[in-house]
Amino acid sequence: MQKRNNIVARLDWVTVILWLVMMVMGWLNIYAAVYNEQHTSIFDLSQRYGKQLVFIIAALVLAVLIMVTDNKLYFFFAWFFYGIMIFLLLLVLVLGKEINGARAWFEIGSFSIQPSEFAKFATGLALASFLNGRRQSSGLDVMAPATAIIVVPMILIAIQPDMGSVVTYFAFFIVLYREGMSIYVFITAILAAALFLLTLMLGNVPVAAGLIVLAIVVMLVTSGWSLTLRALGILLPAAGVAFLAGHYLLELETSGIIVIAVILAGLGYAWFIYRLKLKMPAIIYAFLLGGILYLFTVDYAFNHMLKPHQQTRINIMLGMEEDPFGEGYNLNQSLISIGSGGFSGKGYLNGTQTKFKFVPEQSTDFIFCTVGEEWGFIGSVVVTGLFVWFLLRLLLLAERQRTTFVRAYGYGVLALFLVHFFVNIGMTIGVMPVIGIPLPFFSYGGSSLWGFTILLFVFLRLDAGRTEYLG
Amino acid sequence: MKDRFASRKYIIVGLILASALILIVRLFHIQIVDKTYRVSAANNALRPVTQYPARGLIYDRNGELMVYNQAAYDLLVIPVQTSAFDTARFNEILGITMEDFRERMRVAKAYSRRTPSVFLKMISSETYAVLQEELYRFPGFYVQARTLRKYTRPVAAHLLGYVGEVDNRLIARDSYYRSGDYIGVSGIEKSYEEKLRGSKGVDIFLVDVHNNIKGSYADGRYDTMAVPGTNLWSTVDLSLQEYGEKLMLNKTGSIVAIEPATGEILSLVSSPSYDPSLLVGRVRSSNFAGLQADTVKPLFDRALMASYPPGSTFKIMNGLIGLQEEVIRPTSLFSCNYGYHAGSLTVGCHSHRSPLNLPDAVAQSCNSWFCNAFRNILENSEYESVQEAYDRWREYLVAFGFGNKLGIDLPNELPGFVPARSYYDRYYGKDRWKALTVISLAIGQGEIGATPLQMANMVAVIANRGSFYIPHVIKKIGDDGTPSPLFTQRYTTGISPQNFEPVIEGMEGAVNGGEGSTARGARLDSIIICGKTGTAQNPHGKDHSIFVAFAPKDDPQIAIAVYVENAGFGSTFAAPIASLMIEKYLTGRIKRKYLEDYVLRVVITPDAKEE
Ligand SMILES: [Zn+2]
Repeated sequence: MQKRNNIVARLDWVTVILWLVMMVMGWLNIYAAVYNEQHTSIFDLSQRYGKQLVFIIAALVLAVLIMVTDNKLYFFFAWFFYGIMIFLLLLVLVLGKEINGARAWFEIGSFSIQPSEFAKFATGLALASFLNGRRQSSGLDVMAPATAIIVVPMILIAIQPDMGSVVTYFAFFIVLYREGMSIYVFITAILAAALFLLTLMLGNVPVAAGLIVLAIVVMLVTSGWSLTLRALGILLPAAGVAFLAGHYLLELETSGIIVIAVILAGLGYAWFIYRLKLKMPAIIYAFLLGGILYLFTVDYAFNHMLKPHQQTRINIMLGMEEDPFGEGYNLNQSLISIGSGGFSGKGYLNGTQTKFKFVPEQSTDFIFCTVGEEWGFIGSVVVTGLFVWFLLRLLLLAERQRTTFVRAYGYGVLALFLVHFFVNIGMTIGVMPVIGIPLPFFSYGGSSLWGFTILLFVFLRLDAGRTEYLG
Repeated sequence: MKDRFASRKYIIVGLILASALILIVRLFHIQIVDKTYRVSAANNALRPVTQYPARGLIYDRNGELMVYNQAAYDLLVIPVQTSAFDTARFNEILGITMEDFRERMRVAKAYSRRTPSVFLKMISSETYAVLQEELYRFPGFYVQARTLRKYTRPVAAHLLGYVGEVDNRLIARDSYYRSGDYIGVSGIEKSYEEKLRGSKGVDIFLVDVHNNIKGSYADGRYDTMAVPGTNLWSTVDLSLQEYGEKLMLNKTGSIVAIEPATGEILSLVSSPSYDPSLLVGRVRSSNFAGLQADTVKPLFDRALMASYPPGSTFKIMNGLIGLQEEVIRPTSLFSCNYGYHAGSLTVGCHSHRSPLNLPDAVAQSCNSWFCNAFRNILENSEYESVQEAYDRWREYLVAFGFGNKLGIDLPNELPGFVPARSYYDRYYGKDRWKALTVISLAIGQGEIGATPLQMANMVAVIANRGSFYIPHVIKKIGDDGTPSPLFTQRYTTGISPQNFEPVIEGMEGAVNGGEGSTARGARLDSIIICGKTGTAQNPHGKDHSIFVAFAPKDDPQIAIAVYVENAGFGSTFAAPIASLMIEKYLTGRIKRKYLEDYVLRVVITPDAKEE
C-alpha cells in the first residue's frame, strides 16, 4: 500500500493532465468532424465519436493497469517484447487482413488491430535496453547493432507496406543522436535526402553534372590550380572514352555514361593520389562517386519501388504534378478548410468545409482540418503549443533519469510523438507529403490511441520509479 | 555514469521548437495572410455537378436515325443548404402536393443531408423554363441536365431495348455507376452499354449562400469532361422492321430476317410488341408494370427466347445430313402409303403421289421419305452403333448453331435444345434405344427445340451453301467503326456445297412447284423464293405455323424465318408473311395488295392460344 501511494505521488501529473486534455479535445473534434443532425447524442455508439469515447475509457483503464505493474517488468522483458513483436509482424504478413492495399491488420471478430502500433513500444524498449549499461560511444560497435534494432521492424512494416509507420521509425535516430551517434551520420543523411529531392525534381543527369562541377570547385579551393587541372586532364579523356564506348558500343543512356566516366577518371586519378599521398582529393573523389551512384539508386528506387500513389504524393509535394484529381484535391480541400478558419475560426460545429465530406479521412488522419476550420489560428496555435509543452515535458522527464535505459526509452517516446505531431499537421497544411499517420490522442482509432497510451505510460511508470534500483 | 552527450539535449529542444515554428508560420500564412482560402470557402460551398454525356445514337443499316436523345431535367436538393422558402409557389411550379413535397424531402434527408440527391426526376423542358427563372428563391435546389431516349418510329422495342436506372447491387459492383444513373437494361442498349454510355464528367462549382453559381472552382482544374457515347449503326432495315411488325399485328410470333452473305440481321420482330417510348422517362415504371402484367407477354422477345420444335422445316437438315453421310442420294426413292409404317409404329402423311425423290419429298414435305432417310442416317453401318451415328448427326446440328447460343450481340438469347445421347440413355437405358425410338426427330418433332433466330440462321447456311457468319445487329461501332471481329469470322458446317443443290431444288419446288407443293401461297412472279413450311406441335392448343425461306435462289439477299403461333399449318400465315417481307425488302414495294390485306385482316385471338 505504501508503494502504491508512492507511485501516485511520484507520477508526473503535468504530463497526465496534458494527455487527458488532448484526448478530450480530440474527441470533441471527432464529434465535430462527423457531426450529423440525425445522431446528435455525443454518446451514440454507432458513430465514431461514441466509439472513440469507449476507446478513451479503455485507454484510461490501460493507463491505470500500467501504473500498477512493476517497473522492473519493462526492463527485464524488453527483449521478450521485442521478440514477440517481430513474431507478430511476421505473422501479420501471412494472416493479416488487407486494408487499403496494406497487409497490416489482424482481424479479431469485428475488431481490427494493427501490430505496428505496438511495435514502436517494443522497439523503443529494446533499443533502450541495448544502450543501457554500455559506454556511450559514437563507434560502430554500439551504433551498428542499435541501428539494426530499429531497421528490422522497419523492413517488416515496409513489406506490408505501411509507409506511414515506416516514416515514424526514423524517430528512433533521435535517440541514437542523444546517445552519441556521430553528427556526420545525420549530415550525410540530410545531404542524401536533399540529393534525393533534387534528383526527383531535376532528373538525375543535371544533378550528376552539378555534383561533378561542385567536386571541381571544392578541389580548386582546397588543392589549388595545378592538381585540379591534372584531375580535369584525366576526367575529360575518360569522359570521351566513356561516351564513345557507352554510346556506340553499349548503347547506354546518358546516366550510364556519366557513371563510367567518373569511374574511369577515378581509376586514372588513383595513381596520383597514391603517389602523392593526397588526402583531400581522395575524399572529394569518394564523395563524388558515392553521390553519383546514390543518385541513380534513388532514381531507380523511386520509379520501381514506390507505388504510383506514393510517387504522386511526393510529386505533388514537390510541386511537380499539378492536378491529379484525387491527391491534389484532397490536399487542396484540407488547405481550404484550415485556411478558411481564419484568425478565430468558424466556431465549434460550424465548420462548413469539413462537413461536406470534402476532406478525406477527416476524423482520422485529417482531424487537424476540423481544429483549423472551427478554432482558427488561435486553436491551431493552442494545439501546437500543447504538443510543444508535452514534448518539452517529456524531454525534462527523460533528462532527469539516472539510467540510460529510462532516458533512452523516454527519448524514443518523445521522438515518436514529435514525428507524428510534425508530419501529421504538416501534411494537412502542405509542408509534408500526405503520409497516413495519426495525430496522437486526437485522431479517431483505438489501435493508435492505445499504442500511444502504452508508450507514454510505460515511460511515466519508469519515471515514477526512477529512484528505485533497476537491474 | 558520465553523460558525455548531455549538451545534445539543447539541439533536440531546438528541433522541437523549430518544428512547431515551421507549422505556426505556415498556419499563420494560410489562415491569416492568404485570403484566397477564405474566398473559396467562407461563404461558399463547392458543388460537384455531374455532367451526363449524351448517349450514343443508333442508326439503321441505311443510315436512318432510329434512336436519339431529348433533354430532360432532374431537380436535385442538398438538404443542409435549404432554408425557409415559398413552398407553395415551389409546389405550384412543379405540380406536386404538399404531402408529396414533405415525403420527397424526407427521402432526400434520409439519403444524405449534405450530398445532393434527386428530388424530382425528369422535369419537362416547359417546367424547367419556369423553374429556372425562380430557382434563386429556393436555396439548396438545383437542376441537372439529363437526356432521355427518343425514337423516330414506334418499332423495334425488343431489339433496341430500354434504359433504366441502375440498381444498388450494380452500384456496389461497378464503381462507374452512381445512384440515379441510367443504364441499358435490355436489347442493344444493354449489350452495347459501355459504348453507348460514353463517360461522365464532373464540374465543380463555387456556390454562394444565395444558391447562385459563382463560377468554376479553381478555374476548372478539377473538372473532368464528359465524353459523349459512341454512335452505333445497326444492321436492321428500319422500314422492313416496321413492315414486319405491321404484318404481325394481332398475331403472336416472330420474324427473323438475315442477310446470308454477312450474318447481318435485317429485321427482328417479336409480336406482340410495344412502343419503345412507353419505357422512357417518368412513365417508365408504371408502363413497365403494365406491360409485365399483360397476359400476352409483350416484353418477352420470342425471336431469341422462344424455343419451338422446328417441325417439317427440319426435314431440310435431315436431307442435308443424309446426303453428306452418303446414306441417301438425291434420286433415292421412298414410297409413302399415307405415312411411314414400321411394325406397330406409324408416322402419318398426307395424300400425294408415291414414290418421291429428294427434291419432291422436300417440296411436298413427305413424312415417310424423311423417316426412311433418318433411319438410314442412324443405322449407318459406318458406325458401330445407332448411338454413335446419333452423335455424328448431332455434331452437324451443332455446327449449324442448334443446341447452343449462336452468340448474337443481344442479351438473353436462349440456346434451344438438341438432346445429347445421354438424354436418351437416361430415358431408355444406356444404348437401349434405336432409330425408331427417336424417329420423330426425322420430321422435327419430339424433344428438339430451336429459336426463330436459329432457324433463320439455318436458312442462311443453306442460302450460302454451307457457311455462315454469327447473326448480329450492329455493323458499325462509331462513325468510322467496324463491327466486332466476332462477326467477321466465317463458320462452316461440314456439308459439301453440292449437297445443298437438291435440297434447294426441293425448297424452290415447295414454293414454285406444281401439284402437291406445300407453299404456293408464298410464290412471287419476279423472284425465285426457296422455302419450306413447318408446323410446330403445340400440346397446349392449336399448332404454330412456321415458314423458312431465302431469296433470290441464285444470289440470296435475304434468309427469313417466320413463326405465327396458333395459326395451324405453315402455309396458312407464315408463308405469306415471309413472302411479303421478301417482296418488301427486295423490291421496296408490295404489288400483291390482296395478300397483304389477307394477312393484315387476320386476328388470332389470344384465347386461341390459351394454355
Ligand atoms: Zn408422304
